Amino acid sequence: MKLSASRASLATLLTLAVATACAPQSSSNSASDRDDTSGTLRVWLFQEVGNEPKKKVVDSVVAAFEKTHRDTEVKVEYIPVETRAQRVKAAFNDPASAPDVIEYGNTDTAGYVHDGGLLDVTKEFSAWPEAKSTDPTARQSVTVDGKVYGAPFYVGVRALYYRTDVFKDLGLKPPRSLAELATTARAVRAARPDLYGLAVGGAYTYGAMPFVWADGGDLADGRSGSYAAAIDSPAARKGIKAYTSLFTDANCPAAKCAGMTGNDTVTAFAAGKAGMAIGGDFSHAAVEAGKVKGKYAVVPLPGVADGSVAPAFAGGNNIGVLKSTRHRTLAVDLMERLAGKKTQSALFDAMGFLPTFTDVRTRAAEREPFVKPFVRTLAAGTKFVPASAAWSQIDSSQVLPTMFQEVVSGKKSVDAAAGDAAAKMNAAFGDAG
Amino acid sequence: MLGALLVYPVYQLGLISLFRYTQAQVSGGEPAVFRGFGNYADLFADGEFWRVLLATVVFAAACVGSTLAVGCALAVLLTRIRAVPRLALMLAALGAWATPAVTGSTVWLFLFDPDFGPVNRVFGLGDHSWTYGRYSAFLLVLLEVVWCSFPFVMVTVYAGIRAVPAEVLEAAALDGASHWRIWRSVLAPMLRPILTVVTIQSVIWDFKVFTQIYVMTNGGGIAGQNLVLNVYAYQQAFASSRYGLGSAIGVVMLLLLLAVTLVYLRLLRRQGEEL
Repeated sequence: MKLSASRASLATLLTLAVATACAPQSSSNSASDRDDTSGTLRVWLFQEVGNEPKKKVVDSVVAAFEKTHRDTEVKVEYIPVETRAQRVKAAFNDPASAPDVIEYGNTDTAGYVHDGGLLDVTKEFSAWPEAKSTDPTARQSVTVDGKVYGAPFYVGVRALYYRTDVFKDLGLKPPRSLAELATTARAVRAARPDLYGLAVGGAYTYGAMPFVWADGGDLADGRSGSYAAAIDSPAARKGIKAYTSLFTDANCPAAKCAGMTGNDTVTAFAAGKAGMAIGGDFSHAAVEAGKVKGKYAVVPLPGVADGSVAPAFAGGNNIGVLKSTRHRTLAVDLMERLAGKKTQSALFDAMGFLPTFTDVRTRAAEREPFVKPFVRTLAAGTKFVPASAAWSQIDSSQVLPTMFQEVVSGKKSVDAAAGDAAAKMNAAFGDAG
Repeated sequence: MLGALLVYPVYQLGLISLFRYTQAQVSGGEPAVFRGFGNYADLFADGEFWRVLLATVVFAAACVGSTLAVGCALAVLLTRIRAVPRLALMLAALGAWATPAVTGSTVWLFLFDPDFGPVNRVFGLGDHSWTYGRYSAFLLVLLEVVWCSFPFVMVTVYAGIRAVPAEVLEAAALDGASHWRIWRSVLAPMLRPILTVVTIQSVIWDFKVFTQIYVMTNGGGIAGQNLVLNVYAYQQAFASSRYGLGSAIGVVMLLLLLAVTLVYLRLLRRQGEEL
C-alpha cells in the first residue's frame, strides 16, 4: 500500500462528496391515493411452529373473501418470525413490492407507525361492530396517539407453571403471593438441589416485569409523545429487588441464570430441571412436548397481596394495513375478516391463540380448561409497553436485560442500575417522543 | 472501477454518519436531518462507547498476539516433524480454518457448557459457568478466535520458512544456535514481509470480530460486559435502526484501522524495509 494511493482516494472521496453533497436516500412512502376494487392483494403472516392448522383457517377466510369480491386474488405468504424485522423494513423501503396486509407483533406498533408504514384505520375500526368487544389492553396495543393502526389478532400472556409431582412430594401448595413464591422456590431447591426452584432469567424482561408492576411500579409514565422513564421509582425498584433476589444459589444460581432468556427458562422447565417457571399460553406446546408432560399445572402468577394476580404483560400480534396499499377498502375488509371473531375462534381451536374479544375468549376457556389460568390473568388486568417508537430502540439495545443482569451479577446496586436504565430510556424517549 | 467500488460505500458511510438517519428516514416517514458531527458528539459523549473501545483494543491485541504465537510456533514445528504427523497437523489446522465461525462458536460453547460440556466433566469443574465472568468469557472467545485464525498464520509462515534456503538454517545450527535463537535472529528477519502481512491481517480481523462474540456471549454477555465495537455498532445500527449513529461507529473503526496500518507501515519503512 502506497501512501500516495490513499491520498488520491481521499481526494476522489472529497471530490465526490462535493459533487454530490446531498442527503442519503429515502424512499417515498406516502399513502397511495388509489383504491382499486379488483386485483391482487398480498398478505404476510407469521410462520408458526406447526403452521398447517393456521394455514387452513386462513385459507377458508381467503376463500370467503374472494367469493364476496369477484376479480380479486389474495396471495398469502408466511414469513419467518426471526427475520420479520428485516422483511418489514424492506417492505417499508420498497412500497412497490410491499404487501397490503401484514401481521405484526404488538410491541412494534408504535415503531412501525413512526416509520410511516401503517395505515390509520381509526374510522373503519370504530365503525366495525365486532370491535366493541375488543378488550381494552388489546385496543391499546393498536393505538398510537389516539389513532388506531390495525386490529388485534391474538393475545399472549404469561402465568406460573409448576410441577405437580414435586409439589405433592414436598407437601407444597401453589404460592398465593410473590413472597410465598420466593419461599416456595427456595423450599423446592433445598429439597431437590438438581432443580431450580423458580427458573428465572436475567434476559427475560417480560417474566420480570410482573414483579415491578405488582409492586405498583411501571416502565414509564405519561402519554404518547411525552413519556418519562419510571423504572427508577421506589415502587419499581422494590419489584426489581424482588425479582433479582431470586438469582441466588438457594433458587437459581446467578452464574447460570443471569444469561437466560424466557425461552431458556421454559426449556429448563420442560426438560424437568425446574420446579416452577413463568411461561406463556404459547409455551404450552413446548412444555407438552417435554419430559414434564402430565406432571405440571398452571396458575396465575400471584401478586403482592394474598390471593391476588400480578399484572402480566399483554403480548400478542395485530393485523394491519400498509400505508402504501392500492386497495384500501379491500385491504381493510380483509383485515377485519382475518382478525374477526369467527377467525379468532377458529384459530384458538386450531392453534391455541387466545382471542382478543372478551366474549370469544370466555367461550374458548369453557371449551379448553387449560387456558383458564391465562384468561384469569387477562381478566385481572394486564400491562403494556409504552406506545412510543422509542420502545423498539429500548428493547433492541437491551436496556432492561442489562439492568437486571447488572444487579444479578453484583456489578451495580438496584438503585444505580435502575437509575442508569432510566437515563437510557429517557434519552430514547427524547429522541423519538 | 476498483476505486469506485471501494470509495462509494465509504462515501455513503461517511454521508449517513452526518445525518439523523433511522428507519423512519429510510422508509420516508420523516425527512433526513443534517446533524453535522452530532452523531459523533453523541458517540464520544457516551461512556459505554469508550469502555467498549478499550475492551475491543485490549481483546484484539490479545487475540493477535496469541494467534501469531501459536501460528508461528506450529509453523516451525511443521518444518521439524516427519511427513505423517505433518500431514495430520495440516489437516487438523485446515479443518479449523474451514469451519464456519458460527459453527465453530457453537461447538466451542458446547464444549464449555456448564451442564453438558465435556471440558467441565474432564477437569471435574462441576457446573462452573465459563460465560458468566467477564474475563473468563473473553478468554473463551479468545480461544475460539485463536483456534479458527491460527491456521492462516501457520500456513503462510510455513510457506515462508520453506522458501528460506536450507544452508542458512544449517549454518545457524552448526554455529550452535538454539531453536529460539534461530527464530529470533535468522527466520524472523527473513520472514519480516510475511509476518507484516499476517499481523496486519490479524489486527484487522480481530478488531472486527463479531460472530464469535455475538454467538458465544449471546450478543455481548451479561449486562453487555463482553461487547466489542462491531457488536456494539450492530446493536446501534441495525437492531435499534439508528443507521446514522451506527455509521459514525463504522467511520471511527475505519479510521482507527487505517491509522494502525499506516503507523505500522511507517515503522517498518523507518527500519529500512521496503515491502
